[in-house]
Amino acid sequence: MIYSLVGYYSLLLGLVIGLSLFYFSYKNFHNTKILDTKILSLTFLQLFFVVISFLCLILSFIFSDFSNETVFNNSHSTKPLFYKISGTWGNHEGSLLLWLFVLTLFIFLFLVKTKNQPVKYKILTLVFQQIIIVGFFLFLIKTSNPFNYIFPIPIEGLGLNPILQDPALAIHPPILYLGYVGSSIIFSSVLAATSLNIISNNWALHIKKWILISWIFLTIGILLGSIWAYYELGWGGFWFWDPVENISLMPWLALTTLLHCILVLEKKSILTSWVIILSIATFTLSMCGTFLVRSGILNSVHTFANDPERGLFILIFLFILIFLSILIFFFFHKDDQKKSYEILFLSKESSILINNWFMMYFLSVVLIGTVYPIFLDVISSQKISVGPPFYHKLIIPFLIPFLLMMAIGPKFKWIKSQLDDKIYLISFLIISILLSFLILKNFNQSILINTILISSALYLFFITLRDFFMKKYKNISQNIAHFGFSLLILSILFNNLFSSEIITNLKVGETFENSKTKIVFESIDQKKEQNYNAIIANFFISNSKGEKERLSPELRIYNQPVIATSEADIKTTLMSDKFIVINLVQNQDFFNVRYQVKPFMLWIWLSVILISFGGIISFLQKRS
Amino acid sequence: MYGRKVKLRFWFIVLILITLILTTFLILKSLEENVIYFQSPTEIKSIAEIDKNKIRVGGMVKKNSIYINSKEVNFIITDFKNEINVIYSGAVPNLFAEGKGVVVEGFLKDRNFFSATKILAKHDENYMPPEVKEALGEK
Repeated sequence: MIYSLVGYYSLLLGLVIGLSLFYFSYKNFHNTKILDTKILSLTFLQLFFVVISFLCLILSFIFSDFSNETVFNNSHSTKPLFYKISGTWGNHEGSLLLWLFVLTLFIFLFLVKTKNQPVKYKILTLVFQQIIIVGFFLFLIKTSNPFNYIFPIPIEGLGLNPILQDPALAIHPPILYLGYVGSSIIFSSVLAATSLNIISNNWALHIKKWILISWIFLTIGILLGSIWAYYELGWGGFWFWDPVENISLMPWLALTTLLHCILVLEKKSILTSWVIILSIATFTLSMCGTFLVRSGILNSVHTFANDPERGLFILIFLFILIFLSILIFFFFHKDDQKKSYEILFLSKESSILINNWFMMYFLSVVLIGTVYPIFLDVISSQKISVGPPFYHKLIIPFLIPFLLMMAIGPKFKWIKSQLDDKIYLISFLIISILLSFLILKNFNQSILINTILISSALYLFFITLRDFFMKKYKNISQNIAHFGFSLLILSILFNNLFSSEIITNLKVGETFENSKTKIVFESIDQKKEQNYNAIIANFFISNSKGEKERLSPELRIYNQPVIATSEADIKTTLMSDKFIVINLVQNQDFFNVRYQVKPFMLWIWLSVILISFGGIISFLQKRS
Repeated sequence: MYGRKVKLRFWFIVLILITLILTTFLILKSLEENVIYFQSPTEIKSIAEIDKNKIRVGGMVKKNSIYINSKEVNFIITDFKNEINVIYSGAVPNLFAEGKGVVVEGFLKDRNFFSATKILAKHDENYMPPEVKEALGEK
């Protein structure tokens, strides 16, 4: 009870502070040369109140305070403590409070950490960020208050969706939000810098760190979501081109483009308009994603109780933000016409532009694939869906030049350059083509496009590997990230080409056998846990190579709410994953069994970690 | 006649335009080929000819209609007006049960038989695919 009260009033106080900050910013903007300490302390106070409010919600969850509607809807007294806490952000209201926390945290850190930038710029950034913050305060308080009372107080809660009761999913939202919502600070600061016309190399250097933070967290957040989908949803894949995945990929693509583009701005003070557009686009895409998911237009595990009012609010807010940024872009942004610049074909900036070109293409493919079905539904009420073949067909062929450019591009110097070690570049290309040809020949998989694709990925792999040892750590962050990307593409390709799958229906005691694999369904056990009962199936699997494996997937029946889920059993080794999942079809003796051998699964995860590690190194690097 | 800069800018704009047109063309073309339409059992009954393309069918799994053997799963999808037999071999999602909403993806054999390649997973028991809700009318 008391927590809800404290939490709610903290929210109101945070909103009041947000509004008062506009006034103080206005006063400070005209009067002084230094940043008013009042502004800093008020920003801190706002963060403090949001944290209090958030803690109150967490405590309500921990103590199972069912007088709180959010707790009642999403928790249950028998749930393990860990999932009581993670359940705080596993619902609409709580996750929006997390949004607000990240928004206020980032602006506070921004004010504290930003040095050597004009005071006016800091104040304006604060103002723009406060517009977003106040918008979200209003949204939260008006349409999705996490502290609503229920009377009479229910004895027991409704429980959390079992597939959300999972360690990876407990930390996925906070990490993802740090990236997703963290892009708001880039948006605010780019608007501030445009209004003051101070976009320069100095500014680029300063904003780069913030772009990197968002990018690192977004990358890891997407990875966690993907790992979760792999073992929890039971399809044995890691990416399904589901609209909900796509809307996290789109800001990532925009952010990655921005990250490359800001390097050009940092070194040469060109492409300013492009940087502004990309920064605005990144946050707008994040907001669009929130709108699509929370309005219930896209249905997924992220869609909580649907409420048209919420969708409408975000949509209006989104339009205000877009309108505001377009206004600022057209009225304040002056491209420096006097500075003459030429971009020569053989230079670092032109190769980064080519990277941008490809990234924008990938982005538009994903965007259209995601939005088109919604669009068609609205105008003609025809229900369609766009499946993986669409994305594969449009993206895979373009990966080939993209990978080659990734290998060669970083070798150019700024302004004008020639390729130095041509012999290496060409000999590595030949080696890669031969190698990929041999690999595929060996496995009887000689489709032309695969050979070329693997060659180009191998090429990037070798070139980055060589640079790592030869270049004496000159640009190690780029090197590691590009190396990670080549590893990612290679792992995905091999994973796709060499995966095998057996789907069959078995009764207890039966055996499935084909020329390569033998699956014996030995027995079933039962297990009782605090929040679920489980049926454990024991399988003995052997293959023609003589490998033997015991796997025990589970079928869990959760008690609150009563939902059955399948827990896959996965045996992970360095080179491949063995994945088995079962399901019991209603009123039947047969178990539906799906057994997969997925090579290089571990490497997909590792390579994404490597990519984000490149970002971390770049973040930690001092200015050279 | 014109300066170098103007010329450069001109070619740059031309390049952007060409890529834009190409991109749009490519995307629209493959959209056309890869889109999967959703149909209800009633709509299938009234179609003129059997299409070779992949489609989705949704509705309720009819009570007592699931029959399973070691190779395949058979069941009937109904929208309470018409029904269609489904043959499926593959993994079955958790929330697939009689009397619950379902969406299947696959190919139509004739107006009464559907060969499914995928049963779509749902995330919670109360969830009803919007397509199914619409297909079932205001039940």
